[in-house]
Amino acid sequence: MTIKSFGNPYDGDVDLRHGKSCTCDTCSNHKHASTGSDEHREALVEPAQAAPHRDFDEPNHAAMDSDEALSHMVESAVVRSVFGHNEISRRAFAKMVGGGTLAAALGSIFPMEAAKAAIAESLGKPEKTKLNVGFVPITCATPIIMAKPLGFYEKYGLDVDVIKTAGWAVARDKSLNKEYDAAHMLTPMPLAITMGAGSVAEPYLMPAVENINGQAIVLHTDHLDKNDDPSKWKGFKFGVPFEYSMHNFLLRYYVAEFGLDPDVDIQIRVVPPPEMVANLRAGNLDGYLSPDPFNQRAVWEKVGFIHKLTKDIWDGHPCCAFACSAEFAETLPNTYGNLLKALIDATQYASPAENRAEIAEAIAPKNYLNQPVPVISQVLTGRYADGLGNIKDVPDRIDFDPFPWHSMGVWILTQMKRWGYIEGDVDYKGIAEQVYNAADATSIMKSLGLETPNKTYQSYEIMGKTFDPDQPEAYVDSFAIGKGS
Amino acid sequence: MSDALKAPILSLILLFAVLGIWEGITPTVKDAAEMTEYELLMGGASQEARVPPPSAIAAKAVEELSDPFYDNGPNDKGIGIQVAYSVYRVLSGYFFAALVAIPLGFLIGMSPLAYKALDPFIQVLRPISPLAWMPLALFVIKDSEASAIFVIFICSIWPMLINTAFGVANVRQDWVNVARTHELSNLKTAATVILPAAAPTILTGMRISIGIAWLVIVAAEMLVGGTGVGYYVWNEWNNLDLTSVIFSILVIGVVGMLLDTIFAQVQKVVAYHE
Repeated sequence: MTIKSFGNPYDGDVDLRHGKSCTCDTCSNHKHASTGSDEHREALVEPAQAAPHRDFDEPNHAAMDSDEALSHMVESAVVRSVFGHNEISRRAFAKMVGGGTLAAALGSIFPMEAAKAAIAESLGKPEKTKLNVGFVPITCATPIIMAKPLGFYEKYGLDVDVIKTAGWAVARDKSLNKEYDAAHMLTPMPLAITMGAGSVAEPYLMPAVENINGQAIVLHTDHLDKNDDPSKWKGFKFGVPFEYSMHNFLLRYYVAEFGLDPDVDIQIRVVPPPEMVANLRAGNLDGYLSPDPFNQRAVWEKVGFIHKLTKDIWDGHPCCAFACSAEFAETLPNTYGNLLKALIDATQYASPAENRAEIAEAIAPKNYLNQPVPVISQVLTGRYADGLGNIKDVPDRIDFDPFPWHSMGVWILTQMKRWGYIEGDVDYKGIAEQVYNAADATSIMKSLGLETPNKTYQSYEIMGKTFDPDQPEAYVDSFAIGKGS
Repeated sequence: MSDALKAPILSLILLFAVLGIWEGITPTVKDAAEMTEYELLMGGASQEARVPPPSAIAAKAVEELSDPFYDNGPNDKGIGIQVAYSVYRVLSGYFFAALVAIPLGFLIGMSPLAYKALDPFIQVLRPISPLAWMPLALFVIKDSEASAIFVIFICSIWPMLINTAFGVANVRQDWVNVARTHELSNLKTAATVILPAAAPTILTGMRISIGIAWLVIVAAEMLVGGTGVGYYVWNEWNNLDLTSVIFSILVIGVVGMLLDTIFAQVQKVVAYHE
């Protein structure tokens, strides 16, 4: 595979989209080889190759090592976002003033070196070892929580207190207040915080996803007769944990596919996850799309049943993430790096099935999730009772995968646009690339000897509909139900 | 037998009768001896959350109170530590409120002009639920601990302020006139004549305030979390552990009663008969 994204961003002759007029060597070679497709995805990463080089004038992409790739990726993202991802204006400007001037001018307003150094190849001693990391007591937070009792924080020289938080509004406020150095957040939250949607705007980074899958739609046992067809759910009151959550977007997506407008035909309420079961029992809610263990807990309490795992809506969807402010990453790069390393290490430890029983034991006590062990282990092992009389075996009911795909961020932004949480022109890729720090995740994963994907965008199949990250606006417009179209 | 002896005996009889009936009507649930895997995964009948009998609560109380100061990390501390956190927050918020309310109340009570000027603000701010301040406090103060204390401050200031103003304004004019004939300065009049005369009313305000502060701290801690007896209730509610919830309700009641008793004693000291 050729590397396309590392064209020198300060060069006016190089097209970072690698379109027809691009003169970079990979493109000209490519044109010789095949006269066909000029459409390439941006930001394909294939680092870890031969000798390092740092010459902007002779871009020899094939010989770029991972450090080089990383710093190019950061620079390229910054330069592109400064020009609002408008290649034409970037190239015109670069030609006019010269690449060196552009580099210097941008360097003066954006701490390019600091951004690149946010994570170094070999991590030094953490500047600050005593950290507070917030979590909401759900199984999504498994890596953040288990890293404490299983010693992952200690392993990287950190003394972390994991602090239980009542809900995401409080988690957001405590993070913005800097009471938490970093926190467990929902994957849409760092995007929303960065854009100032439902919050004060503060640049946030999300260098790692915690879990994929792991949520479910639960209905009250009164609605056993409506299990077969969601279009019968008109008038239902549903709980979701937060507005800017995958839960909200997946529930909306799901009911809309069955012809219900989530803003008109059902009512969606924000209920902190720990309060879901109590509200379901009290009849305040007809159902919810919430994080585990509260889906399994509803079954355990015999007040609800599992209608559908979110895995069956979008297999591999992201849910929760580890996030911190850009300021934290910049001012304490080694702390940030070690913390990220501890979490990615914990996340990959959580993935194999054979470790899950031990983890369930470790995170169930009062200090962490405060839930019965059998409930947690049904969630983590995937052998569970669905409340309808069946035992199901779904080992990947919840899984753990740290890589923050930019395409996930773009999908989330399309849904925020679709449901009117953000308006106007959205720089989908620019924001996703700024917040979802794939470069840091890649470099940490490599240092742990983990395999990393060689790209940061991929397309998804969600309930039979294909999502193409290169066509976000067309995707938003393709839905019959929604506000943004 | 005197009435003084009869009343407590009657109280005890009532208590045991209610507890006995409660214990009696709570069904004991037994799991089937042999459970299928599905039943095991569903937790069996005995696992479901339900209102516990008094004996279970008593057992829980003995367990918690025998080790009230354990500390298993930031999210799991003994009930003694939780209560201490709550009392600390209540007292600090309350202290600041008294620091503001009593001098301001004096001013309002002694000057009809100040009373008229400040009255509209007091009337608008007083009925606001203290918890409605919480999101604003979190945003502006940027510290959840200080926000909780601020909420206590804002809820306990009004009864003290209003009672102080009322007490000061209603000191018998004769006494103030006597002070004037002795050519006492305003400050000296306030300290030696008005303060002792208004003290019982002020103390009533302070007693009402501490009661409200204790009511509010539980709700505030459920919202902000972390530590305190409110967090303890919230944490156990998440786990639908009603035994612990009822136990903590009792603890909240007892601590509230103790705080009130302390102020009742102080009130006796400053009371006077004309």
